[in-house]
Amino acid sequence: MSQETAYANKSIFTPFNIIASIIIIAGLIVTVLRFTKGLGTVTNLDNNNPWGIWIGFDLLCGVALAAGGYVTSAACYIFGLKRYHSAVRPAILTAFLGYALVVLALHYDVGRPWRLPYPVFISQGTTSLLFEVGLCVFLYLSVLFIEYSPAALEWLGLKKIRNLIVRLTLVLTIFGVILSTLHQSSLGALFMIAPSKLHPLWYSNYLTVYFFISSMFSGLSMVIFEGSLAHRYFHNKMDETHLKESKDVALGFGKAASFIMMGYVGVKLIGISIDNNWHYLTTGWGAWYLLELIGFAAIPSFMYAIAVREKNLRLVRWAALISVIGVVLNRFNVSLVAFNWQLTSAERYFPSWSEIVISLFVVTIGLVVYRFIVTRMPILHEHPDYQHDN
Amino acid sequence: MGISRRQFLGWLGAAAGTSAVLGEKTEAASNKVFKGYPGSFGVLHDTTRCIGCRKCEEACNRVNELPLPKIPFEDLAVLNTKRRTQSDAYTVVNRFINNGNMQPVFVKSQCNHCLEPACASACFVKALKKVSTGAVVYDSSLCVGCRYCMIACPFNIPAYEYNNPLTPRVMKCTMCHPLIEKGLLPGCVEACPKEALTFGPREKLLKEAWQRIEKYSDRYLDHIYGEHEMGGTGWVYLSGRPFADIGMRDDLGIQPASSYTSGPLAAVPVVVGLWPVLLTGIYAISKRKDKISEEERIEAVSRTKANANEEMKAKLAALKDTMTKEKEAAINLEVKRALEDAAKKIKAEQPESAKDESVNISGEEK
Amino acid sequence: MDTIFYTLHDFLLHSKSVTYILIGGILIGLMLFWIFLTGRDEKKRTF
Repeated sequence: MSQETAYANKSIFTPFNIIASIIIIAGLIVTVLRFTKGLGTVTNLDNNNPWGIWIGFDLLCGVALAAGGYVTSAACYIFGLKRYHSAVRPAILTAFLGYALVVLALHYDVGRPWRLPYPVFISQGTTSLLFEVGLCVFLYLSVLFIEYSPAALEWLGLKKIRNLIVRLTLVLTIFGVILSTLHQSSLGALFMIAPSKLHPLWYSNYLTVYFFISSMFSGLSMVIFEGSLAHRYFHNKMDETHLKESKDVALGFGKAASFIMMGYVGVKLIGISIDNNWHYLTTGWGAWYLLELIGFAAIPSFMYAIAVREKNLRLVRWAALISVIGVVLNRFNVSLVAFNWQLTSAERYFPSWSEIVISLFVVTIGLVVYRFIVTRMPILHEHPDYQHDN
Repeated sequence: MGISRRQFLGWLGAAAGTSAVLGEKTEAASNKVFKGYPGSFGVLHDTTRCIGCRKCEEACNRVNELPLPKIPFEDLAVLNTKRRTQSDAYTVVNRFINNGNMQPVFVKSQCNHCLEPACASACFVKALKKVSTGAVVYDSSLCVGCRYCMIACPFNIPAYEYNNPLTPRVMKCTMCHPLIEKGLLPGCVEACPKEALTFGPREKLLKEAWQRIEKYSDRYLDHIYGEHEMGGTGWVYLSGRPFADIGMRDDLGIQPASSYTSGPLAAVPVVVGLWPVLLTGIYAISKRKDKISEEERIEAVSRTKANANEEMKAKLAALKDTMTKEKEAAINLEVKRALEDAAKKIKAEQPESAKDESVNISGEEK
Repeated sequence: MDTIFYTLHDFLLHSKSVTYILIGGILIGLMLFWIFLTGRDEKKRTF
């Protein structure tokens, strides 16, 4: 609690707080508009372009960037890489917040948000990949909540429940990996129903594989990227173990991400080859595709490799940032840029200001909640009472 | 309601041929061919007969009780721009002028009522479904408003009430399903003054269409759009111009939409079946490795401990040895001196007593 | 069991629905089976 007074004394008008409150106020205004005037007023969506950035960014990127949760917990608890233990809690927390915000953002996008539980509980349209995504996100959000809860329970001092949940760690981790495999890949498969609308370079029977593999290095990169931010702003919250392990985490995760990304580039090329799409590479779409594949997958993979060989922490962080941008670019390309590529430019979609405001609003809520939790609960450090039982 | 409940379901022996056409394993494995609801209805749209009078649009608007448009249906100037179906217009007629000297072609578009609807396959709450009359109908009491059906529809037909903030619906042609059930014609078919629209069982419509093609081969292309497109559609089209020129995509293929997603859907249960085995296996292996390395560590520690003990003992023994030797040497030296002293003394006094002393000292040392 | 499916969609809807329920059961079943499988060697492992 002394932290709070420290914050209060430091004056609440920090640049972060000012920008965050402006975004939140703007977001609340758009929220009112959305639920009084409808999607037509606040978005540029139309009948040809039913999905905009609330799906392309908030859902697709949100889920991909929250993949750090399953990747880190799998590395630590299933593959037995105990030296990454201090990275698990921050990764789980970000994943939990990420998924919670995905669901929050969906409340804006779908027409009747209170019916979001319908596919799971009322009427199961099992032929839809969106059903699969919905079911998995619902289950995984629950799993992540349980996985995250020990931190909150330690903070609240509820030892008994905390110990009970910690004993479930392995089962929860395996569940998490299964559910993540399924919905990460199914998000790609969402677009497989519309081969006539998605550009052939991005449409592939391997779309599921692409999305799953990219979610892995997306998660790894996000853990590194986020770790570097946490180091800058929450250094005082980190205990000795965390600080000692963090370089090892960044380099180890960088190494894994590098190799997975190279594999991803390989699989993408196989995808072009198997559908014989080489000739598209010489078109404008091909240039854009190569920018994504080489500029934002092959190059960051190389950057990671050099950084890992030279044990260069700064370069690892830069590579992580570019990889994260690369994943966002890929999701945008599949859902927005290369989708409806055959329509005339007048019929294409570009997000409106209010759509961007809501996306920023959702991210800002995430940052504020993250800061609230990290400054109070044992995320970046271990709770002194439980230091030895993990 | 002349729907005969004949069973059209057949079994196909030639598995290889079927899978080559249908592609995905999930359906090929069943060896089944699904021919749709027997006797289901459709509409034949003969674009060569359409004059673009928009009477169908007007009837559709009336039958479905949609809001009246600002521009009346009699105003044909709207044909100057290309339109698509909207939430308040289930059907629209477009005019296509491709070569200046040829007559314009009018094409009506609305929901094609696919035999295997992409929208129904995409709907995660079963709000859209194909019913036995052939219509693809929508149930707004289930709809969440995710608009995935609009993503899925290859014909870009479903529209959405974007300006309804809380209860938006997906809007599209119902083939006048309520009217069909009463034995009445769909509004647009009823209203068409030129018989450009023919309503009937789809099988009969196809036969009729082929007859027209054969009879007037110079008037029609040798193709019925919708006979096979996307697995077949309830509405089928005849044209004298390439369909790509009259705003209809000719690159959709003949596979139903659900065949594109059945692959990834089939992967789902397998992942659920195999991942636990794989992951638990990896966990068990890593745990076993930990255990072995732990055992090795303990063994190594105890071995070094034992080794150290032995070494210590040897060192101690050696030390003792040297110490004893040194002491003995020292004693011997002392004894020698004492003997010499004694010898000197004996020379002076008595020789006996000095000898006893030396024996005593050496006995104590041992 | 002799349900007639007129469309591929109906067939998939039926088979997927059954499969979804099945995989839920398999998931729980596998977990229980693992506990059964390792039930005896668990005690030896303490060191």
